[in-house]
Order: sequence, then structure tokens, then C-alpha cells
Amino acid sequence: MSEFSLQQALNLALRHACEDDDRVLIFGEDVGRLGGVFRVTDGLQAKFGEQRVFDTPLAESGIMGMAVGLAMAGWRPVPEIQFDGFSYPAVDQIVNQVARMHYRSRGTLPMPITLRLPSFGGIRAPEHHSESMEALFAHVPGLKVVSPSSPAEGYHLLRQSIADPDPVIFMEPKSRYWQRESFDPDAPAEQLPVGTSRIVRPGKHATLIAWGAMVSRCLQVAELAAEDGVELEVLDLRWLKPIDADGLAESVSRTRRAVVVHEAPLTAGLGAEVSTVVTERCFDTLRAPVQRVTGFDVPYPSGALEDEYLPSIDRILTAVQTTLEYRRG
Amino acid sequence: MDLTELHRLMLVARRIDEEAIALQRQGALPGYAPTKGQEAAQVGSAAALEKTRDFAFPNYRDLGVAVAMGVDLVGYLATHLGTWHGGLYDPAASRLAPFNAVVGGTVTHAVGWAMGAKLDDTGGVAITYFGDGASSQGDVHEAMNFAAVYRLPVVFFCQNNGWAISVPTERQVAGGSVAARAAGYGMEGVQVDGNDVLAVVEATREAVERGRAGGGPTVIEAMTYRMGPHSTSDDPGRYRTLEEEQAWAEKDPVARAAAQLPPEVVADAERHAAEVVREVREGVLALGDRPGEELFSFVYREPTKALLDQQRTWQESADV
Repeated sequence: MSEFSLQQALNLALRHACEDDDRVLIFGEDVGRLGGVFRVTDGLQAKFGEQRVFDTPLAESGIMGMAVGLAMAGWRPVPEIQFDGFSYPAVDQIVNQVARMHYRSRGTLPMPITLRLPSFGGIRAPEHHSESMEALFAHVPGLKVVSPSSPAEGYHLLRQSIADPDPVIFMEPKSRYWQRESFDPDAPAEQLPVGTSRIVRPGKHATLIAWGAMVSRCLQVAELAAEDGVELEVLDLRWLKPIDADGLAESVSRTRRAVVVHEAPLTAGLGAEVSTVVTERCFDTLRAPVQRVTGFDVPYPSGALEDEYLPSIDRILTAVQTTLEYRRG
Repeated sequence: MDLTELHRLMLVARRIDEEAIALQRQGALPGYAPTKGQEAAQVGSAAALEKTRDFAFPNYRDLGVAVAMGVDLVGYLATHLGTWHGGLYDPAASRLAPFNAVVGGTVTHAVGWAMGAKLDDTGGVAITYFGDGASSQGDVHEAMNFAAVYRLPVVFFCQNNGWAISVPTERQVAGGSVAARAAGYGMEGVQVDGNDVLAVVEATREAVERGRAGGGPTVIEAMTYRMGPHSTSDDPGRYRTLEEEQAWAEKDPVARAAAQLPPEVVADAERHAAEVVREVREGVLALGDRPGEELFSFVYREPTKALLDQQRTWQESADV
């Protein structure tokens, strides 16, 4: 049992993945000598050599196109795109090529690619460094999308993503890179199947549904609510595609109230999908409409306005109150 | 491969191309991108590859490459037939990637594949096909830069056929030459008469050998002409002159090769091509549709639960 930050846990996961499978390749901008701008690949080039861990020219579409070719040649690429907003130039390759090659080739050209994508806001970053792209990627057939909420989750989900035979968009909540947690990476992994959510705090009055950095914020909300005797369940969705419809239904059918929280803008955000899944499965037991607490339909703002944009503890508590006080007309 | 064999392959490509157009006109094939006029560029370049360790990344107008690679042509045409995007042949075994409609979309794949081959030290070389239109794509620049930085065994094979649908090369390629761009990447670039099959073989063989020997990538710009329309729904009369088409018709690459061969060799090649066409036509007409459940079969390695639910919904409606 040791203490790791999320950044260290991800580094360890990459290290172990490289040790366990000599077809794993790590590449991207500044991931080699520098160890990545967030140091997630720190020391990996020194350990595994410049053939397995290498810097690319600064071109995101080229990085993903290269990943496709490497996968076709039987490698297991783990590219990094330095920041979420810079993945837009690679969307053509991700959507038109990565996501479809297995389908197009009728299974003869699998794409076991894990794209590591530092994601979401909360670090006072420059423009284009704080995007929440889960709805976009979750909408694409052929992709899987996942976001860890903690160091232990980061370790296990990254190992699982790299081992997965399908392309995975691995969204790292950059505001949590320095969060620390004790866990034993050598312990037999508590391996939940791909597409499984996890209840991180049990409760009975309402379910807070979140992923990435919003999970810890929801846990803070649950702490505060508990002081007033409100027991909130916190469900870490983990996999944003495939979504754990059964897990959502199991929780909300008990609590009968749900609030979904995400950083991305409201309209056509993943919260709409979660809300629909919950409503379809739990219509008879729901006591209130599913509440959504999200970013606004605005471009991600400058650092000075970031806290106004991101779901705050107050806004989440207000939504909890709304759902608890809801009465059918 | 000598001129007799090259001509034989080109003629197969020409006759299959004509057959595909006929099938389109008869309503058996929804749409097709005719390759007529580009057979020497395609067959000549693919003939320079080693089918055991090289890999080709074609464009949607590369029937001649498929013919020269020995791909199952019915499986190849299955894309045009609307049977299955990507075709029904095995791309891994055939060393021919599924073509797709994004121009320049597969050029970076060749770079990645070449890096994989280099890491495995197989001696394999990747060849990627694109046109003068695709040369405008950012991905083509990215691919050339990556390949040159890493000195990868890639042949960037540009078929400059004069027209990107309706836009001529001079409105597409600044500087006038795709091959000239190679210098900017510090790699070899060569322009070749794309209608001279032996010249194409020679240029490609040199590029492949350079790549295999660790000499890095090469750009080949094969100057050729799309004698037919961009697609079976295109009308070249709206953008180019009959005089231009006639001038290029005189440089027809298949006729040019035939002129250098004894008549009996050409006649034998025609008999062979007719036989291949007959087989392909029979195969195409007998192909049939894929079963509906294949909608769901290859999205993931194993279908997700959500996908299985959707498949059940589809099945229920299909059973009604």
C-alpha cells in the first residue's frame, strides 16, 4: 500500500502495461524526454527506450493516423494528445478511421488504441485547454469512453483500457492529477467489467451521478448534505460509453431521485443521455424529474470566470433540494 | 515482372473497370469511380511491391492496385456494390487496406504501419496512394513530415490525374508539382510518366528499395489522366474540353503497352481479361446482401450490452 497522485498512478499503469505487453507503444507531443506536460509519461522513455516511448511532431491528426497504422501492423498504441482542445484536429482520424476500421474490415483490423486525453477544466488554463468532449466521443459508434475519478481508478481503468481490444478515449481529469490516494497496485485488481459504474458513497435520499473531477465534488456535497441528515448516494459512472444502464437503474430505483453533474455544457451533454436512461428504467419509481447540474452553453471561460461556469457545491446542493422538494402537480 | 505480365494486369483492370460501369448502368452497382487511364500508374507501382511483406493503402480509384495485388475482385468491388464499406476481402492477408472516401485519410496510416514494420524489422515498405486533390489535405503534409522525421519506409504515390473532380491541378497544387514538395521534407521526390508502366515500375522499385535499405520515404508523382468521369454520376463535359480528353486518349497507357507487344500476346491478354470479367461478373451477381445482423457484428470486438439491446429491437422489427 503506497500513496500515489493520479499522475503517478497513471505513470505506473503505463509502466506496468509496457512491462506486461511488449507491443505497447507510447507516443505523442513531449511524452519522451520531457515526460509529458503533466509528467504522466515521466521516466518511461529512459526505462523502455526511444522505440517504445517517443515524441511525435506537433500534429494531432498525424498522431492518430499513425496510431491506426501501428495498430494495423499489430502494435498496441497508447497515444497522448496533450490537451482536450487539441484533439479537434484529430477528430477526423478518430471518427472516420479509428472508430470504424474494425467494422470496415469486418474484424480483420482491430484497433486496440487507447487515446490518453487530459480533459476538463478547473486548472485556470489558457483557452482550448479545458474542454469536456465526452458527449462527442460517446456519440461515435465503435469508440469506448472512460474517465477515472481517483488515483486507484486511474491505475486500474488505464490498465483495463490498454488491455481492451477496442479503441478507448481515456479522459484524464487534469484538475485531479495531484489528488493523492493510497492503494496497492500489485493487489489483485478489483476488476469491474468495462462499462460498469461504481457507487462510491451509499445513500438513500437521492443519487448524484458524476464522472471525472465531478465525483469528488459530489462527495463533498454528500458530506455537507449528511450534516443536515440527507443521505446522498454518489455514483461514479466511470464508463461514458458504454453507459452502465443497469447500475444507474439499480441505484436510482432505490433512491428514487437523481441529479447528474458534469462540466460540459448542458445542451446535448451526456447528462441528457444519463437522464433518459434513468427515466426509461425508473419512470415508475422516480419521485422527481432527473436534475442536471452542468456547465453552461457557453465556450469554456477564462480562469477568472471558471468557478462561475463549473458546477459548484451550491448549485449541486440546490438541485438536490429541488429534487427532494419536488411534488407532483 | 515483364511488360507482358504488366499489360495483362492493366488489361484486366481496364476490362473490369468497364464492366463495373456497365453494372452501374444496369442498376446492379450503385456507384463507381472509374479508373480508366490510370492503369499504368496503379499496376506499375503495385507490381514493384513484395506481396509478403509490403502493404498498400489505396484510394477509392485504385482498382489497378487491387488487380496487381491479387485481391479477390468480387470482395474488392463489394464496397462499390454497396454490400459492405471496406469490401469483403481480407485486407490483412491481401496486404491492401480497405479504401475509404476521405481523400488523404489513409496517408498517415501508411506512416504508422511503416513505423510498425521498422520496429519489427520486417523490411516491409508501405505505399500510400492519393491524388493531386488529396495533396491539398493537411494530413498529407503531416504524413510526409512524420515519415521524413522518422525516416520511415514509405512511398507516397501521388497519381496526378489532372483533375480533382472539376478543379484542375493548377488550381489545386501551388507550385505546380507534388513531387517538388519532397525537397521541403528532405526526402527524394520524383515525377514520372504515369502512363508508362515500365517507368512507373522502375521509379517505384527504386523508392521501395530506398525505404527497405533505411533510406527513408519517397514521393512519386505519376503524371496521368483520368480518362473517364470522377464517378458514374459525374459529367466531365461541364469542366473540361473534348480536345483535352482526345489528346490524352492518344496516350492511353494500356494501348501504349499493347503497341510494344506482339499481337498474339495482346490477343491472349484479351482472352484472359474476358475470362476474369466473366468470373467477376458472375461473382458480383451472385454475391447477395449481407445478413442484417451484421449491422451489429463488427462495431466492437465483442458487442456491448447496449448494442445487443439495439440488435434485439432490430430483430423484433425484422421478425414482424
